[in-house]
Amino acid sequence: MGLPLLLEQAINGVQFGVMLFLMSAGLTLVFGIMNLINLAHGSLYMIGAYLAATLYQMTGQFVLSFLAAMLLTALVGAVLERLLLRRFYDRSHLDQVLVTFGLILVFNDLVRMLWGPVSVPLPLPSLLAGSVQLMPGLQYPTFRLAILAVGVLVAGGLYVLISHTRVGMWVRAGASDRPMASAMGVNVETIFVLVFALGAALAGLAGMMAGPITAVQIGMGEPVLILALVVTVIGGIGSVRGAFVAALLIGVVDTLGRILLPPALGSMVIFILMATILAWRPKGLFSVHG
Amino acid sequence: MADLSLINPDRQSRLLASAQRFVPALVLVVALVGILAYAQSAGDTFLIRVFTRIMIFGIVAVALNFVLGFGGMVSLMHASFIGVGGYVVAILAYHDANLEPLMIGPFAFTGTSDLAILLPLAIVVTVPFAALTGLISLRTSGTYFIMITLAFNQMAYYFFVALQAYGGEDGLQIINPITFGGLDLSQRSTFYLFTLSVLALTLVLVTLLVDSKFGIVLRAAAQNERRLSAIGIAPLRYKLLAFVISGTLTGMAGALLATGQQFISPADMSWSRSGELVVMVVMGGLGSVSGPLVGAAVYLGLELILESWTEYWHLAFGLLIVAMVTLLRGGIADLGTLVPWLGRNVSGGKN
Repeated sequence: MGLPLLLEQAINGVQFGVMLFLMSAGLTLVFGIMNLINLAHGSLYMIGAYLAATLYQMTGQFVLSFLAAMLLTALVGAVLERLLLRRFYDRSHLDQVLVTFGLILVFNDLVRMLWGPVSVPLPLPSLLAGSVQLMPGLQYPTFRLAILAVGVLVAGGLYVLISHTRVGMWVRAGASDRPMASAMGVNVETIFVLVFALGAALAGLAGMMAGPITAVQIGMGEPVLILALVVTVIGGIGSVRGAFVAALLIGVVDTLGRILLPPALGSMVIFILMATILAWRPKGLFSVHG
Repeated sequence: MADLSLINPDRQSRLLASAQRFVPALVLVVALVGILAYAQSAGDTFLIRVFTRIMIFGIVAVALNFVLGFGGMVSLMHASFIGVGGYVVAILAYHDANLEPLMIGPFAFTGTSDLAILLPLAIVVTVPFAALTGLISLRTSGTYFIMITLAFNQMAYYFFVALQAYGGEDGLQIINPITFGGLDLSQRSTFYLFTLSVLALTLVLVTLLVDSKFGIVLRAAAQNERRLSAIGIAPLRYKLLAFVISGTLTGMAGALLATGQQFISPADMSWSRSGELVVMVVMGGLGSVSGPLVGAAVYLGLELILESWTEYWHLAFGLLIVAMVTLLRGGIADLGTLVPWLGRNVSGGKN
């Protein structure tokens, strides 16, 4: 295998990792702060992609459609949190698994009702449809580079938000010790909705960015959800920094594993990686709860 | 049984209680024999097929509840055990039909379609798989356990999707009739009775285990692991053994599933199937040994009915699950009390 191809796959891996991070960031915060296992996070990924595809089809405005779809997905997340999921923060993990599993069935069939069973196209605008020459013999699709840029930008923004703002401080306080944060006067109810909506928006963004590469179809969020769970577990529940490191690790290892290893092993390599890391550090790489 | 009075009263009541705990299982087994008799006389092969499937998933649900209801471990990888057991049968039956030996490294195995060999083999393969995955996932607890088992389920799923030699994503058909010694299991009613026997053995085994000293430790671990450690019992070994037993029983049920549908595919071991298994257990009640069998019957029955009513039956089913979990305020464990005749509600003892 030549160097350009290997390099291309490595960049693909990083780009996949960045997308996984967008998916995992919300998941890990919801786990860490609300102590809620949200299996329906993959549904938000799917909803984001469908909304973006429809809005883009209607308006022809690529960036505006993406922003509007993100806002709408955040709204879906907020409504979900207020109406249903907030009742489950103090319930057993089993109840949480059941209710969010039920939600996956509901969302999948709702999407089938509204958009039909066939996958929906999400075409690229001409500006992003081409490719860029990175080095002699390596043409790289512009859209994948754009994903990489957006992902890094969002990760940076999230870092600033969480590490250097007052709201971020509340979020971190909530993640490490919820009752104490509440006793110190942090309005946890508001933080809960904000975090949930933010997580939903990021999952939706990940979904729309994957849309043009894979396909906008029913159940598209489920394989990604499981990878995001692996990322969350490896990174340490509640740690955004851990999620970032783990997402890049999983993205690169998965992509390279698939081309360098025999198929049966290549498809399992990230799970073996997870098992190895957990055998060494059962609470993940960057445990928040200590 | 007059001489029971000679034994001291404490022992007597215990013996009585130990006989009583088999009553729900016995009632269900007798009912299942009755259903076969009815279906035979009415010539209803569809009914036989449906209840064979219910019994197979009943075995899985009972096995899963052993770790979920009694051991407090929310496993989302039990579908993968079904798949592993199922593929043992399908792959060896495939080699039997082709007359090519199965090569694993330097070793060559001839194929077979005899469940008398395949069932023990399914156990031999499932035990190390369950032990290894259990060992890693049980080092953690709570949320981590759920997510790691889910990941392992997906790992096994992708493994079989990647096995192109055995059909990959399309799955593997079983062409020859499967036997058990001299019994022809492609005969629907024979297979029904065979499955019923495995189910009955599973119910007896799990009932005995739950009430044994091992079961007491397991239930104590589910309620308060720290307290258990404080009195000098390390819970990990008990939980791991329970996990392996449960996984192995599920693997056997997987072997039966592949036999019954003459087919196995990665779809039989998808992570959403694992979720459905948890729903079955919960519908039957976590507190009793035989409840999950009823849960499996209710789940598969509802699926059949809703499917015939509407194309969007997943929507109805999802709403049902959400409503069920939301409305039962004390948590899902309350549901078991809605079917009081199933008896003993173990979770009632945690006040």
